[in-house]
Amino acid sequence: MNAPAPLLSVRNLKVQFALDEGVVRAVEGVSFDVYPGKVFGIVGESGCGKSVAMKAVLRLIEAPGRIVAGEILWRRKPQGGPGSTQEEVVDVTRLDPNGSVMRGLRGAEMALIPQEPMAAFSPVHTIGDQIVEAIRLHQAVSPREGRRLAVELFKSVGMPMPEQRLDAYSWQLSGGLRQRAIIAMALSCNPRLLIADEPTTAVDVTTQAQVLRLLRQLQQERDAAIIFITHDLGVIAQVAHDVLVMYLGLVMEQGPVNAIFHAPKHPYTQALLRSIPTVQSTPREPLPTISGSIPHPFNRPRGCPFHPRCPQSMPGRCDAATPELQAVGPDQSVSCFLYQTAEAKA
Amino acid sequence: MLRFIVQRLLLLPVLLFVFSVVVFILIQAPPGDFLDSYLATLASSGSSVDEAQVVALRQQFGLDEPVHIQYLRWMEHILQGNLGLSLEYQRPNIELIGERLVLTVLLALFSFVFTWAVAIPAGIFSATHPHSGVDYIFTVLNYIGVATPNFMLALILMWVAYSALGLSVTGLFSPEFIDAPWGWARFVDLLKHIWLPMIILGVAGTARLTRVMRANLLDEMTKPYVVTARAKGLSEWRLVLKYPVRLALNPLVSTIGWYLPQLFSGSLIVATVMNLPNIGPLLLRALTSQDMYLAGSILFIYCFLTIVGTLISDILLALLDPRIRMEGAKA
Ligand SMILES: Nc1ncnc2c1ncn2[C@@H]1O[C@H](COP(=O)(O)OP(=O)(O)OP(=O)(O)O)[C@@H](O)[C@H]1O
Ligand SMILES: [Mg+2]
Repeated sequence: MNAPAPLLSVRNLKVQFALDEGVVRAVEGVSFDVYPGKVFGIVGESGCGKSVAMKAVLRLIEAPGRIVAGEILWRRKPQGGPGSTQEEVVDVTRLDPNGSVMRGLRGAEMALIPQEPMAAFSPVHTIGDQIVEAIRLHQAVSPREGRRLAVELFKSVGMPMPEQRLDAYSWQLSGGLRQRAIIAMALSCNPRLLIADEPTTAVDVTTQAQVLRLLRQLQQERDAAIIFITHDLGVIAQVAHDVLVMYLGLVMEQGPVNAIFHAPKHPYTQALLRSIPTVQSTPREPLPTISGSIPHPFNRPRGCPFHPRCPQSMPGRCDAATPELQAVGPDQSVSCFLYQTAEAKA
Repeated sequence: MLRFIVQRLLLLPVLLFVFSVVVFILIQAPPGDFLDSYLATLASSGSSVDEAQVVALRQQFGLDEPVHIQYLRWMEHILQGNLGLSLEYQRPNIELIGERLVLTVLLALFSFVFTWAVAIPAGIFSATHPHSGVDYIFTVLNYIGVATPNFMLALILMWVAYSALGLSVTGLFSPEFIDAPWGWARFVDLLKHIWLPMIILGVAGTARLTRVMRANLLDEMTKPYVVTARAKGLSEWRLVLKYPVRLALNPLVSTIGWYLPQLFSGSLIVATVMNLPNIGPLLLRALTSQDMYLAGSILFIYCFLTIVGTLISDILLALLDPRIRMEGAKA
C-alpha cells in the first residue's frame, strides 16, 4: 500500500510565552500529521493550546511568545511553473515569520478561519476591500477581476446578495453571514490547508449546521485539508476523519474518529466522551463532569498533566514522569502509563 | 453625510447666540467699567478729569445705557462685521483684531502640522517597536516635552538661536516688514520667523500626541483583525499602516477641533516672551483695561473658532469612520 505523504507534519512542537510572572508553556511537545483531503479534528478544553499551536503553524505567534522547539514540515505547492510536479518540503519554523516565503504560504497555501468572527474584519474597511486584498496579494489580477472573483467566492459560500455584501462593513452583517464572509476570505486563494479555529462556537445551532455543511462541501469540492478545532466532541464526530485530543499543551490521544469515539483509551478522552449529552441520557440527571479544574498555566502538575483529575491515576508513576505517545492500535496512539508495554515499563 | 453637515450648520447660529450672551455677561461681570479703570490709570499718573467730562464720556461710549441696550448695540456691530469700536484705542475692533487673528491662525496651523508630522510617525514607530531603545528614547523625550513649560522652552531656544546662530528670533517679522502690506516677500519673511514659535508651541502637544498614538496603536495591534490581515500574507508595514494605524487615528481626529482655541489661549505667555503679534497679548490688554467690546469680540471669535473646529473634527471623523457616518445617516 502506498500511503500518501502528509501535507503538514508537526514534530514535537513547543511554544512558550515568557511573561513577567513566569513562563506559560502553551504547547509542550505536540506531534501530528495532516493528510490532503482529510479533516483533522483537534479537541481540548479551553486554554489547552489549540489556537497557539495553529498560530505556530502559520507563524503568527507574537512576542512574548516563541516557538522553542520542534519542526513544522510543510509540503509546498510545486514551484517550478505550470508543468512541474516537484513538491518541496519546508520547515516553517526556520522561516522568517514576516519574510516573503512565509507570506507566500500564508493565505495562499494555508489559510485561517480565526476564532473571533466578530472582530476578524476591520470595522472601517468594507468586507469587499479586505477580501479583494487577499485575492490580489497572491494572484496577479486587476481590481475588477479581483472583485469578480470575490463575488464568485461569496456565491460559493452561499452568501445572499453577494454584490451588496461586498460593499458592507462587517458590523452590518449577522453572525452567520460574517462567518461565511470569513470562510470566503480564507478560501480566496484555494489553500491546500484550511485551519478552522472553532468556526461554529460563536454562532447559533442552525447556523452551526450550515457552516459545517458548507465546510464539508468545500473540502470535498476543492480537496483541501482542514484542521478543525473545537471543544465540542459532537461536532468532531460529524466532520473529522482523524482526531487529536489535547490537554495542557500535550497530546493525550490520537486516532481515527471511529476509534476515538468507540474505543477511547485515555481516561481524559473517556471523561470527555461521558460529558457529552446524548439522546439516551436520562433527563434531569446531571451529566458526569470531569472532576477538578484545569490547572493554572504557571503551575503545571509534574508528570502526566491530567493525573490530579484522573480517576485511574497511579501514584508514584503518573506524578513522576510524563508518558510518551504510544501506538495502541492501527493509527491510534495514546500517552498514558495504563497502556505502556512491558518493555517500555522495564 | 450631507444631512449631518447641514444639521450642524443650522445649529451654528443658535450656538453663537448663546455664546454671545454668555460672553457679554462675563465681560460685564467685573465691577466697574472701562471709564472707571481709565480714570484709575489717569489718577495713578497724577492727572485728573472733572465730573462733567466723565459724564460726557460715559454718554459718548454708551456706558450709561441699560445692559440689554449695550448688548444690542454690540450685536449690531457684530452683524455689520466691524465688531464695534474699541474704547481704549478708539478704532474699529476689526482693524485691531484682523491681522493678529490671521497670524494666530497661521501659527496654530503651522504648529498643528508640526505636531502631527512628528508625533504620528514617532507614535507608530514606538508602538511597532515597543520597549526598544528608540521607544525608550522617545518616552524620555516625551516626558521632557510635556514637563517643560513652553515659555521656558521659548527662553532657552531664543538664547540658543541668538548665541549659537546669531539670530534674533523674537516677533514674527523683521523690522522692515512689520507694517508692510501683505505680499510674497512679507510671507517669506514670516516663514523665516515662524518656525521657532511653531516648535515651541508644538512641543508639548507633540509629546502628548506621541504618547496617545503609541497607546492607541498598541491597543489596536492586539485586535483580531490584525491577525486576520497577517494570516492573509500581508506584509507587516502595509498591514500596520492600512489597518491598526487607521483605527488608532480615529479618536485623535476628534481632538483636532480643540487645537485652535487651545493655542489661542495657551500661547499668551510665549507670545509675551517672544513678542509675537498674535491675539493673546491683545486680549490680556483688553481685559485689564475693561475695553469690553474689544475683549468681547475676541472671546466671541474664540467661541466661533471652537465651534468651527468641532464641526471640522466631526466631519473628519465621519469621513474616516463609517460607523459614525452611517449612524449620522440614520438619525
Ligand atoms: N499572547 C499570549 N500571552 C500569554 N499567554 C498566552 C497568549 N496566548 C495564549 N496564551 C496562553 O496559552 C495557553 C493556550 O492558549 P490557546 O489560546 O491556544 O487556548 P485554546 O486551546 O485555543 O483555548 P480556547 O478553546 O479557549 O480557544 C493559555 O494558557 C493561554 O493563557
Ligand atoms: Mg482558541
